[in-house]
Amino acid sequence: MKAVETRLNCHKIVGGCGEGEALVSHEPICFYLTDPRTGIVREKTHELSGKNLANKVLVFPSGKASSVVQIDGLFKLKSHNLAPKAMIVKDIETVLIVSAVLAKVPLVDRLEKDPFEAIHTGDIVTVDADKGMVTVRRNF
Amino acid sequence: MNLTREEEKMLGGKLGRGIQAAMELLVAIGDAYDAEKMIPVTRAHVASSGQEGDLYFVELLANGGAKCLVPTSTNPVYDIEFFHRLFEIPSDEAEVARRVMEAYKKVGAILSWSCVPYLTENIPLFGETVAFSESSATPYVNSVIGATTNREAAQSALAAGVVGKTPRYGLHMKENRRGTVLIKVEAALRSSFDYTLLGQCVGEQIGFGIPVLTGITKRPNTEDLINFCAMSNTSGAVSMFYIPGFTVEAQTVQEAFQGDVPDDSITVTDAELKRTWERMQTTSGKIDFVMLGCPHYTLKQLGEAAKLLEGRKIHDGVSFWICTSSTTKALAQRIGYVEMIEKAGGSVVVDTCIDEPCWTVYRDRTGMTDSPKCAYYRRFKDVVVAGLEDCVEAVIKGKYE
Repeated sequence: MKAVETRLNCHKIVGGCGEGEALVSHEPICFYLTDPRTGIVREKTHELSGKNLANKVLVFPSGKASSVVQIDGLFKLKSHNLAPKAMIVKDIETVLIVSAVLAKVPLVDRLEKDPFEAIHTGDIVTVDADKGMVTVRRNF
Repeated sequence: MNLTREEEKMLGGKLGRGIQAAMELLVAIGDAYDAEKMIPVTRAHVASSGQEGDLYFVELLANGGAKCLVPTSTNPVYDIEFFHRLFEIPSDEAEVARRVMEAYKKVGAILSWSCVPYLTENIPLFGETVAFSESSATPYVNSVIGATTNREAAQSALAAGVVGKTPRYGLHMKENRRGTVLIKVEAALRSSFDYTLLGQCVGEQIGFGIPVLTGITKRPNTEDLINFCAMSNTSGAVSMFYIPGFTVEAQTVQEAFQGDVPDDSITVTDAELKRTWERMQTTSGKIDFVMLGCPHYTLKQLGEAAKLLEGRKIHDGVSFWICTSSTTKALAQRIGYVEMIEKAGGSVVVDTCIDEPCWTVYRDRTGMTDSPKCAYYRRFKDVVVAGLEDCVEAVIKGKYE
């Protein structure tokens, strides 16, 4: 087995460092629609339905849903130690920034390559938001 | 972001932990959007919710010594004592709500507990820079009043309220207020409920964007616009819209698009609104309660409900609730609307919202409402959505057919 490591520049939004297995969603995510006691996505029509986002490095296009539910959703996950280790997004919006600040989850955007091409579910990803660096490790 | 010396002091904690936490949040947002600087705000509205994330931040600020520097109003939570007399409320939920309300008092907010503060308690003027969260409030303030606000979260609005500033980005900049999608309205729009359906339909179809509506010939009233705002910013993320000729900022379609062409164009017909309406229904027939006032009912709407109920009796075993603000209820009481509604067997309840834990008694029940937003966030099982007159007829008969 061969491991390939790729380093990519990114733009820090919420600082900190997080490492974990990547979970990629091509659809926007609403944290209120995950089970706060397990981290499993409950939204039936979502591509991550039934998957667990706890302690993953989450790669997704953007957040969705009202400010109240989004923030409460991520905050509850965090208080059960089930929040993602870090988040990599394409399109940023105020509510997601506030959610990440409150839950203290590192958040970055503007990856130098398309995150959906550069990162696959199952890769081991380190997000060092303070240094503006994402490291992707993939085994072949 | 370039910070002034005063702002650096706030961020460094020299003015206390509360102000520091507020500045940290505002700086994170400013940096994310590459804002160059902070600009003063004149007022804020916080979409407080009485939930855990809300509690964490308001206590952090209040206990850290922060105080609102500009008028800062609050969204509904619920009156714990009032609901305790009616229903069982889990004690941990009630404790969170109690602490939330205490913390907002401590931080010096206007305790409006209303989702339409722009009508009564906290009214921006044209051109003001503000930070208003809450689905109907953001687009109403941008479009109907012509003040500028971003689609704030509760916490970023509260942070702006205590710091008195917000990063300069998004809708505070003219070039970002350009219309994006042309909406050709061919539907007749006979009532405020038709504006509800129009908002729902537009939000669903465009998702994120600034719609420019044409084909509306009759001047919309306040309630029409509130409904459009609440629904389009719940089914989608519509922070601003234009109805040239009726909303304040652009007098022509061309001006709304800032001389550019629309990114997209959509036609909305009566048939489209009917399909939107049909998709919301999960049941029909027997109902257990009617819930109105999402967003909070205005005085005019309370008057309409009172007149429809005058001299009639609500069906046995069916409840009728209208949510409104305490200021509006006080006036409705003075006029006699509240008595008319109560005589028929209904209740006018203040300071709360359907998305609060005080309503869990309806978990397995069927409700009827004139608000798709209420249907979306409902804590009850099945829902019928229809206009006010249909809701009143149904609550008299105990069923909707």
